[in-house]
Amino acid sequence: MSTELILSLTSLLAIGLGYAIPLIFASMGELVVEKSGVLNLGVEGMMIVGAVTAFSVTVDTGSVWLGLLAGGIAGTLISVIFAVLAIHLLTRQVPTGLALTIFGLGLSGYLGKDLVGKTVPDSIVYPVPILKEIPILGDSLFTQTLPGYLAIIIGLVVVYVLAKTRIGLIVRAVGESPEVAHSIGFSVRKTRYAATLFGGLMAGLGGGYIALIQQKFWVENMTAGIGWIALILVVFSSWKPFRLILGAIFFGIISGLSFYMQAKNYPINPNLLNSMPFIASMVVLCITSANSKRSSANAPASLGQSYHS
Amino acid sequence: MKMRLYKLVKTAAALATVAVLGGAVQAEDSVNIGFVYVGPVGDGGWTFAHDNGRQEMIKNLKADGIEAKTTVIESVPEGPEAERVIRELSVKGNSIIFTTSFGYMDPTFKVARTQPKTTFFHATGFKNAPNMGTYEPRTYQGAYLAGVMAGHMSKSKKLGFVASIPIPEVIRNINAYTLGAQSVDPSITTQIVWIGDWFNPAKEKQAAEAMIAEGADVLLQNTDSPAVLKAAQDNGVMAFGWDSDMTAYGPKAHLASAVIQWGGFYTDAVKSVLDGKFDNANVWDGVKEGMIDIISYNKDLLSEEAIAAAEAAKAKMMAGERIVFVGPIQNKAGEEVVAAGVSLDDDALHGLSWLVKGIDGSLPE
Repeated sequence: MSTELILSLTSLLAIGLGYAIPLIFASMGELVVEKSGVLNLGVEGMMIVGAVTAFSVTVDTGSVWLGLLAGGIAGTLISVIFAVLAIHLLTRQVPTGLALTIFGLGLSGYLGKDLVGKTVPDSIVYPVPILKEIPILGDSLFTQTLPGYLAIIIGLVVVYVLAKTRIGLIVRAVGESPEVAHSIGFSVRKTRYAATLFGGLMAGLGGGYIALIQQKFWVENMTAGIGWIALILVVFSSWKPFRLILGAIFFGIISGLSFYMQAKNYPINPNLLNSMPFIASMVVLCITSANSKRSSANAPASLGQSYHS
Repeated sequence: MKMRLYKLVKTAAALATVAVLGGAVQAEDSVNIGFVYVGPVGDGGWTFAHDNGRQEMIKNLKADGIEAKTTVIESVPEGPEAERVIRELSVKGNSIIFTTSFGYMDPTFKVARTQPKTTFFHATGFKNAPNMGTYEPRTYQGAYLAGVMAGHMSKSKKLGFVASIPIPEVIRNINAYTLGAQSVDPSITTQIVWIGDWFNPAKEKQAAEAMIAEGADVLLQNTDSPAVLKAAQDNGVMAFGWDSDMTAYGPKAHLASAVIQWGGFYTDAVKSVLDGKFDNANVWDGVKEGMIDIISYNKDLLSEEAIAAAEAAKAKMMAGERIVFVGPIQNKAGEEVVAAGVSLDDDALHGLSWLVKGIDGSLPE
């Protein structure tokens, strides 16, 4: 390969990965939520509240870590509202989640009024020795900020926990058949609470990452639909956590590819290029759902259904 | 589904606000004024600039002994919901109403015909009624001034422009930025990337990074967030603020901000109505009238020549000279579209649909 091509691929990967990290946080959280049988459409709302809280705390303290932590806590607290309504009071999950998003957008706008125009310190990039020397991949994958690595590590931990541990098994059992899980002595309600709160934590961290590391400023509605893409990603990856990580990076690259090809002056209509993420999603969804037995088998059987014990 | 529900709730909230705030009793030396915003005040850009203008207007009017009571409705969706909000503002006794986005054109027009006692001002549209005027800033003048500075500052001789949606306003700004830079060095080119959105920080950032990777070293954007400036700072290149002063977002990359200052126009517009001198002309104001300016020069980065050149161009604009779209201008394909010595008139500028020579990238058609 020519040096120029290698450089190009490296920058494309870097652009894609920058976009993918908040997606990994938020969609990994939502995956666990959905694995327990709960469909929380409030991801965007939890993310934006996480973003405004993280930003505000970092502006006050100067610490990105404290901000990120606060963002995670704020996301968790917001998800408690959903958990109480949908799991405890058995409201319908879809409208409850939508309401949570609207609530989050409004609340964050209110809380963030005084934050417009403020900035936070730059986060330091830590290249991983040796690994960063890998051609093409090294410079983009292994040259992240610490919270960036955190996203990937948490993602891998979730892959492991869901597949290999007792906790993961309980979560999956509750999502597949709450009646059976209940009958053998697991608490459906507690499991779903825990999963929902974890989803809130991760969405809050994702929002915090956007405000503190990706953009480093606050403007209203700044997540601009990332939460919805996180929701799509879960379906897109057929509820498989490892595929989800790859899917997030794929989405980031596809989204960046349009701008990248425009910047390289490929003679393709920009409108067509900008619709590539949608075209690519359709293609992948067609492929993954071609075998209907396999793809529907992956969706947790009780997804979106309230359970009254 | 999400959007519909979202809009419904927002409109309900907007209407409730009108009901609560709009019923103020009008005293003799006071005037009730309504503002309809398309985004939140906290967008740091377009709506933020309008709200600064509103506050300046209140101050100016107060100095003249007029108490302005304003009612602001934020984030009003463009479309039928806007009509209800505007009508409600009028019915509740606001005698002057400013509607601040292109998509409010038809709703404002409809309400204006049935509410003859209220005076309406609509931003960036082209429909007038006896009691409805329009106003618009010549943003391309700010883009040109930024271009002049970019022409002095660029080392790679390649500029970048993050573009939103291909309408004449945006095309004018891309061209003006390029022409400004080419007035310094005719060999300069501008790369454009369309993101298809007015506001999407993640995409704005990706677009900026893609151009920086291809060697663009001075960026401008016709999008609403500070993401491009921030991306420039992270990657060690330069950029400008747009609509509002964005210095704080990227002090190490920020060269200057091309801003819109609505305050003067809002003050004059209200006074014209109060004095009975309202006429429904299309106001298209720029540097000369004080609606467009380039501010907050970064003296650490900008060379003295760059500032001097921008100031010289600004002085010509202040004097009313048309310097941006003056021939000879060639289009992208190299054909002469404006002959030497000819200056494009406002009609031609309003319908501008071609890119000038030296722009890389195409128009989505």
